[in-house]
Amino acid sequence: MSREDGRANNHLREITAKVGIIKNAKGSAFFKIGKTAAYAAVYGPRELHPKFLQNPKTGVLRCYYSMMPFSGVGERIRPGPNRRAKEISLVTEKALLPVVDLSDYPNAVVDVFIEVPQADAGTRCAGICAAAMALADAGLRMKDIPVSIACGLVNGEVVADLTYNEEASEGAVDLPICILPRTGEITLLQMDGKISKEKLMEAIELGKKVSHDLAQNLRNALLEKYIDLDNNHNKEDTK
Amino acid sequence: MGLLVENKNIVIPGDIIAEGMDYLPGENAFREGENLISSRIGLVSVDGRAIKIIPLSGTYRPRAGDRIICKVIDVTYSGWRVDTNTAYSAMLSMSEATSSYIERGSDLTKIFGIGDYILAKITNVTGQNLIDITLKGLGLHKLHPGRVIEISPVKVPRVIGKQGSMVTMIKNATETQITVGQNGLIWLRGRDPEKELIAVEAIRKIERDAHKQGLTDTMQAFLKEKVGDFNTTSLSDYEGGDQNE
Repeated sequence: MSREDGRANNHLREITAKVGIIKNAKGSAFFKIGKTAAYAAVYGPRELHPKFLQNPKTGVLRCYYSMMPFSGVGERIRPGPNRRAKEISLVTEKALLPVVDLSDYPNAVVDVFIEVPQADAGTRCAGICAAAMALADAGLRMKDIPVSIACGLVNGEVVADLTYNEEASEGAVDLPICILPRTGEITLLQMDGKISKEKLMEAIELGKKVSHDLAQNLRNALLEKYIDLDNNHNKEDTK
Repeated sequence: MGLLVENKNIVIPGDIIAEGMDYLPGENAFREGENLISSRIGLVSVDGRAIKIIPLSGTYRPRAGDRIICKVIDVTYSGWRVDTNTAYSAMLSMSEATSSYIERGSDLTKIFGIGDYILAKITNVTGQNLIDITLKGLGLHKLHPGRVIEISPVKVPRVIGKQGSMVTMIKNATETQITVGQNGLIWLRGRDPEKELIAVEAIRKIERDAHKQGLTDTMQAFLKEKVGDFNTTSLSDYEGGDQNE
């Protein structure tokens, strides 16, 4: 059976990615996939207070995820932290931490703010993609640019990048997944619904497959900020 | 096998720069098995067998010997705590601040008050990024009333230019005193407020076009258009802080 918007099962929605859009932030990015959009802004490394939160061995990464009041399809969303936002902030942090190296900044903190202006499922994944680009834009040391996408089961078929209607359909399974494209390592895996072992493995494999496309999108966005730099950097003129 | 990107290409974190054991990872690069991988956004710089990444963005990392512009944020019993435009504040002790005699229990705000800017030199940075600074040295002093602007620290070398040529040109053209701190803070004070604003505009332009070739010529044309003819050859009378070694 074909999907509601006519996509093939392994097709993603249209992607827009931009880097360096928030001037006051050290790094920032915008990521849009279909109707789901996310902004991410990185501030820091900066001093961490209260002091007991400091880690003398490495810097601390803090993520804040938030949906804007009328971003969803239903009623107005009350802004500010709630149970769901706190959970997503936590899993975002855990998904990004394995790639970000903050050992140069002991006792300091790097804050990542993710804001979702418009949602059509897969907001945590869009948030992670935006945050990954923003962290790279901030010039932090990273092992890789992680990419995140929701796979799942709709009408018994394994599909990538679910929309809200698909996610809300009966028997649907939602499987947000964050992958490091170079190594194929998984830093986030959550699931909502019931799925067989075989279908689960199939969905994860599909996630890995589409992650390469996604990674290319993020890569291009990061390069676009500097693209006219290529081979133009005149080292002689610098001190 | 070998190098997968060209010298001066832009790479992002996670890009494989070279395969095999022929090359060695330098700054902002690391080895993973057979591959050499970039860990920051920047330009590839191949120097013999070593590959490093020259970062295009990022915060200032304190280094001993750098001259930086700091802001006094607290006054304590024995000195001043200053903001260094990094994640770490630094302590300026009384003995490093002045050589004149300070009486026990005297009011330290008479020397530097909260909110004052100073041009200081980093004497030591520890592994935990604790910063020691001093005001004892040539040209180190409290900055007079003026304007302090912030630019990206990776662009500072372009603003200064070769042997300070760029900043000297702006000083000459706009008759403005300019002091550039390695931490990305720049202090300016002009005779003419209008010209001071032109100097700010010029610095912002350098920051924006830092990667472009022929920046000196572009800036010369820009300044000529804004202020008319100016002396481009002689040393500046507007040395102000004089930041360049």
